[in-house]
Amino acid sequence: MNRRRASRIIAALAFATPLLAGVTGACAQGKITNVSYDPTRELYKEFNAAFEKNWKAETGETIKVQVSHGGSGKQARSVIDGLNADVVTLALAADIDAIAKAGKLPADWQKRLPHNSSPYTSTIVFLVRKGNPKGVKDWDDLVKDGVQVITPNPKTSGGARWNYLAAWAYAREKNGGDDAKAKEFVGKLFKNVPVLDSGARGSTTTFAQRELGDVLLAWENEAFLSFKEFGEDKFEIVYPSISILAEPPVAIIDQNVDKNGTRKAAEAYLNLLYDKEGQTLAAKNFYRPIKPELANAEDVKRFKDLKLVTIDKDFGGWAKAQGEHFGDGGTFDQIYKPQ
Amino acid sequence: MPADATLAAAPSLGTSAPIQLPSPIAESRGARIALIALAVAFLGFFLLLPLVAVFVEAFRKGVEAYFESFDDPDTLSAIWLTVVVAAIAVPLNVVFGLAASWAIAKFEFKGKSFLLSLIDLPFSVSPVVSGMCYVLLFGAQGVFGPWLAKHDLQIIFALPGLVLATIFVTFPFVARELIPLMQEQGTSEEEAALSLGAGGFRTFWSVTLPNVRWALLYGVLLCNARAMGEFGAVSVVSGHLRGLTNTIPLQVEILYNDYNFVAAFAVASVLAGLGLVTLAIKSGLEWRYGDQISSAHRH
Repeated sequence: MNRRRASRIIAALAFATPLLAGVTGACAQGKITNVSYDPTRELYKEFNAAFEKNWKAETGETIKVQVSHGGSGKQARSVIDGLNADVVTLALAADIDAIAKAGKLPADWQKRLPHNSSPYTSTIVFLVRKGNPKGVKDWDDLVKDGVQVITPNPKTSGGARWNYLAAWAYAREKNGGDDAKAKEFVGKLFKNVPVLDSGARGSTTTFAQRELGDVLLAWENEAFLSFKEFGEDKFEIVYPSISILAEPPVAIIDQNVDKNGTRKAAEAYLNLLYDKEGQTLAAKNFYRPIKPELANAEDVKRFKDLKLVTIDKDFGGWAKAQGEHFGDGGTFDQIYKPQ
Repeated sequence: MPADATLAAAPSLGTSAPIQLPSPIAESRGARIALIALAVAFLGFFLLLPLVAVFVEAFRKGVEAYFESFDDPDTLSAIWLTVVVAAIAVPLNVVFGLAASWAIAKFEFKGKSFLLSLIDLPFSVSPVVSGMCYVLLFGAQGVFGPWLAKHDLQIIFALPGLVLATIFVTFPFVARELIPLMQEQGTSEEEAALSLGAGGFRTFWSVTLPNVRWALLYGVLLCNARAMGEFGAVSVVSGHLRGLTNTIPLQVEILYNDYNFVAAFAVASVLAGLGLVTLAIKSGLEWRYGDQISSAHRH
């Protein structure tokens, strides 16, 4: 009778399946984990392969680099909550400061590596549709009626915070250093933002794949990459009169590397970013290398000289800017009302 | 069906004075066609079209590109991880579901309605919230965080967290299928078994369980489909480590954001295929064993 058969099926389901799970024992192999932000996917895919080869050549050991990508703020939150990152390579210093505050690395982490711990820099540019149908030339055009601006959410995305501050810097300079005017300007700009994705990559796909909006406020590297992915004939880059020097920093998470026994590999990983391989791959993937002389000249040639403000000189450093603009009740909370 | 047939046949049987039965459908033919067309168009537009779109996108660059998508070790590991998570979560939920529904349907005790509400909780709580709960409990800053760190145990951002979140989200599926059926069946057969000298376990194994077997299989199917397709809760506890803690739905998002649209839709088509298979088996079960699956399984 079927009764017995059904009981057997059920018994088999209940008892056989957990056995499968037992087979998945992790194979023991050296590995380090890099928790990174959103647009670095292509860069670290290439760089990790280079590092794995390099490490094998130097030590004879096989190592695997594990990566995770997402909005910079979200990634920092995960590391604070216990994501076992050996190194973090995030979009801005404030996010690593937050991890330091949780006691996972010393507060002066940014002094441990050259150039504010940023092996490459970038900036914020405008990406518009081919032929620039809305005639966007500078920040002023973004607050006009009928122009839709795409940017991720400054609460979760590092790139979005650079976008926000670049717009702020422009408006402040134009109004003779008046912060109240700058706030009004940025408020107007965000009225033109129809959707806030949580990370830079989400915004790029919103703009490029889903074809929403007229202007994408983007990392320079994201803008270049969209040419490569979607074709040169679809978009144009517009350089605003002022932008911001974005320094995405890298750091070792001391508490985790000591527990994992991976300090040596993690240090070698970050050092290689400053070396020829790292600098070459950074430039190839559209990041501005700190030592352009180490990268390929034709890659470096693509970067245009721009008037760039800096976070330290113009906003008093991330520790100050983060709370003032993006903390609870900061200027972003004051100006942004979802429509 | 049979009722309609007799109604339709009745007038033609009449000889001289046909009995005028009021038509159960009062609308004019045009209105009926318009309403049916509207319903079909709606279904086609909102259900069928998106499903077709997944497969069209997946095969956009040809069959070869489709299958190449599955050469990626990260994708393979995502598929394997999903199978492992479901293989742990589903059997556990079968045990929990059986135990809970047996207790609720066959026994009277205080706090029964509270237990029922608890079982329904995962249906009413957003999966993201349930994921967050586990971060708050087991995260480094959470209630058990320091203790776990001291003993070098990793719950969230690892397999245990994924399994916990999946169990939570899929918890009601088996119990919700079984409780109405068991209540409907009553306790008389069990009482008969007991009076004939069978023990508690024997009664359960030979009487209760066979009576609900098809409903149980039905619940397992739904539970499994959800376990493999869950996004929100696992997204919160995953940490998104490539090739390590990404399940199929998370891998689809990653591939999509990597500008790898063909691969994203190819992997999505696996999930969609799983859904279709589930649906087919489910319909088969309903058709064959409808009376034994419980009259109250309308989700």
